Amino acid sequence: MINLQNVSKSYFLGEEEIKAVDDVSLVIKEKEFIGILGSSGSGKSTLMHLIGLLEQPTSGSVVLENKDVSKLSDRELSEIRNKTVGFVFQSFNLINRFTVLENVLLPTKYSKENLNFDPISRADDLLKRFGILERRNFFPNKISGGQQQRVAIARALIMSPKLILADEPTGNLDSKTGDEIIQILKSLNKDFGVTVILVTHEHDIAKKTKRQIYIRDGHIVEKYL
Amino acid sequence: MKIQNGYLHLVKTAIEDFKRNKVRTLLTSLGIMIGVLSVVLLIALGLGLKNYIKQQFESLGANLIIIFPGNISGDEGGGVSNFGAGFAGGASFDEKDLNSLSRINEADYLVPLFMKSSFIEAGTERKFGYVMGTNEQSFKLLNLDLLEGDIFTKGDISARAKKAVLGESLADAIFDNPEDAVGKTIRIAEQRYKVIGVYKKKGDQQQDNAAVVPYKTTYGSLNPDETFFTMYLGTTDETKVDEIKAKAKEILLRRYNKDDFTVTEQTEILSTVNQIFAIVNGVLVAIGSISLVVGGIGIMNIMYATVTERTKEVGIRRAVGATEEDILKQFLTESLLLSLFGGVFGLILASLIVLGVRAFFPASINLLAVIIAFVVSSAIGVFFGVFPARRAAKLPPIEAIRYE
Repeated sequence: MINLQNVSKSYFLGEEEIKAVDDVSLVIKEKEFIGILGSSGSGKSTLMHLIGLLEQPTSGSVVLENKDVSKLSDRELSEIRNKTVGFVFQSFNLINRFTVLENVLLPTKYSKENLNFDPISRADDLLKRFGILERRNFFPNKISGGQQQRVAIARALIMSPKLILADEPTGNLDSKTGDEIIQILKSLNKDFGVTVILVTHEHDIAKKTKRQIYIRDGHIVEKYL
Repeated sequence: MKIQNGYLHLVKTAIEDFKRNKVRTLLTSLGIMIGVLSVVLLIALGLGLKNYIKQQFESLGANLIIIFPGNISGDEGGGVSNFGAGFAGGASFDEKDLNSLSRINEADYLVPLFMKSSFIEAGTERKFGYVMGTNEQSFKLLNLDLLEGDIFTKGDISARAKKAVLGESLADAIFDNPEDAVGKTIRIAEQRYKVIGVYKKKGDQQQDNAAVVPYKTTYGSLNPDETFFTMYLGTTDETKVDEIKAKAKEILLRRYNKDDFTVTEQTEILSTVNQIFAIVNGVLVAIGSISLVVGGIGIMNIMYATVTERTKEVGIRRAVGATEEDILKQFLTESLLLSLFGGVFGLILASLIVLGVRAFFPASINLLAVIIAFVVSSAIGVFFGVFPARRAAKLPPIEAIRYE
């Protein structure tokens, strides 16, 4: 499903070139539940952004579902982000002036094709599944962190993507709530066949995935230190 | 369905944001509102003034050729500043000119006019008005309709009959009732005149307060030089106007220098007046437009602030599938609505003011003003919104999403 070939991404900090991701090759198959483990500044988030088409590599190729994304236009990239990928962030990234329901519906507003489902009833289904249906008309800052992350997952799922990218989804949550979020991601993979990539710096969390990749200083390494 | 949904979402998002920032929205729109208000109002008042002057000219009757002494501009028809004056010197027309001009067969009317301001008295009542010495054709030519009584005849002119036809306002002022004036006596410069008729009000202050008398009657103490202030030629056939003008000039040139008189027609005067108004109006509208530009800059300023404030939101939207175009549209919609809101409000306010002044002045809001209000305010919204919107659209998604 995802094929990264010699992918590098560098930034310039003044004169100095910083290689956040350095010559990474990686294949991720459909329906995998994979953990990318690395410490802060290891390049794991950049790797996730490259897979999620939020950034373009400096060199190398990213092939997503047999499409080389470096050749795609803004419109095509946006369409893939809209239809194929769902993001879950550490800081939830909900729009505070929208209600829970409006946040969940947001991706449907950017669909370039007619939707083949009723967005509101699907949003309600997702909210119900995550036990927050009664919060649908609340604003994000009026609900708990765990609830906000569920809303973010519901938003990531509304377009039925094949791939969920979760960047430290438990980072802002207590361990109990964090576990619940991991359980949700696990069941998405197991019960619905969604490919899930979980980025974290915590061993305990990464252990819950089926395969782990360790990353350090922009490289994939054999063992996490 | 999809597109409708998309635009509805844009408008809804924009309006929700306005609701959250009511004061800011109002203040931002205020600039455009004042701009549109002043431009629309100036157009409406300018148009009203133009219509008012046109009405005044039209009341003179059609196809009127005016001959007056002097020629300031040197070009025919250009001397608006000297219109109706004669103070510039030049010819003093008299009976001889009248006889020469009467040979122009194409003209249906030939009317001399002597005019002097004077007190007009009846019994103990006294009113400052005008004496107009003219002939019997003037009533027809100047569209003076009788309210009561009759006009004087050709015979009255040669007989220097002391008869007067009064304007309604004058008659109303010196008699209890304008209808009662006929048959009564008035005094002008110690001379007694018999009132034989009253004509209806025309809305022209001089005309409505005049005592119209046979021109030869004024010869003597009122008009010792036996001259005329102006002469009018009239025709019922519009196509003959140029020919009559040419002939009148030819006749007068035999006696006077080119610069001593002006032969013009009311349409020429009207077009000169219109030109002047177009310039004055243009200048006023240009001044009004400055506030529109200032308002536009206000919108741009607020939009830049909004883009900065919502950088993270832009990143989130990009992550869930918004294209650069979607983001551009979102912010453009917002600045467009902000500007249109001001425009519509300005238009409503201008309409209310116009309704208010209508009692005194024929101002009117025309379609042009409405179109200007909408087109200009939308154009300003788009023009001043496009730079901030482009900045939002070009934000790298990942940097935007990390923005705190």
